[in-house]
Amino acid sequence: MTAYTATVEVRLKHGVLDPEAETTERALERLGFDLEDLRAADRFEVDMDAASADDARERAGEMAERLLANPTIHDYEVSVEER
Amino acid sequence: MTVSVIQFGGSNCDRDTVQALAHLDIDTELVWHEDGLPADATGIVLPGGFSYGDYLRAGAMAARSPIMDEVREAAESGTPVLGICNGAQIGCESSLTPGAFTTNESARFQCEHVHLRVENADTPWTDHFEEGEVVEFPIAHGEGRYEIDDARLEELEADDRVLFRYCDEDGEVTPEANPNGSKHSVAGVLGERDTVAVLMPHPERVSLPDIGATDGQGVLRAFGE
Repeated sequence: MTAYTATVEVRLKHGVLDPEAETTERALERLGFDLEDLRAADRFEVDMDAASADDARERAGEMAERLLANPTIHDYEVSVEER
Repeated sequence: MTVSVIQFGGSNCDRDTVQALAHLDIDTELVWHEDGLPADATGIVLPGGFSYGDYLRAGAMAARSPIMDEVREAAESGTPVLGICNGAQIGCESSLTPGAFTTNESARFQCEHVHLRVENADTPWTDHFEEGEVVEFPIAHGEGRYEIDDARLEELEADDRVLFRYCDEDGEVTPEANPNGSKHSVAGVLGERDTVAVLMPHPERVSLPDIGATDGQGVLRAFGE
């Protein structure tokens, strides 16, 4: 078994309104920053032991499917690194 | 003949719901989620509140608690299940009902009275109303914006599974009367069976005459039939 950190990034699907990101964007503009758009995402770092990087990726993907993301509104990405 | 109102840590409309049902002479008991669903439950309410502090997403944690497997099983066998506010979020998170309730368009918590148009009066939850009737319920939520992909929503609408839409006092569904940016102003939907329903507005808060209006009784009476 090898120690991995799987990173799961969960973001709203393209086209789904993100009021918190829009509010944050407006606040940055109020502070004088020049920007075109802002997208927010949740990032989960999961430490685990797995037989291979693929195993770790699969397990983290299942975590995203079953809890970390809501497939109705979210897309997610998984990446894996040895710890 | 006992309706189970399921309490999660952070539920806070559970006792209001029991009182409203008791007023309608419907036998009701509070059920702590860890105790499991009573075998004789003839109806189930997932009440409002802030279960698990809305961690991750409102309703996400409660939807994965073991009692929800029993609730899904009961729902599939025809037991009436109603999710109100946080209970509606739990219902969608646990796939009892389609879609998701997410952050209000305003990005704020909103606590106000709204008008709802009865879209389908041929369900246990609405057969005390007329189709097109306008009722007034309170809302109190930060994550009540109904989201679902366009194709699914079209299917739901074609199948008459939208129960209520936000509207103005004349029953017009307008962007101004949509308090949270819900897609197509959807305030409540049915599950695969019409015995399963969720809605963000609070019928139990407009069911006791001492408090004022009683529009909400129509929804809760489903448990008395």
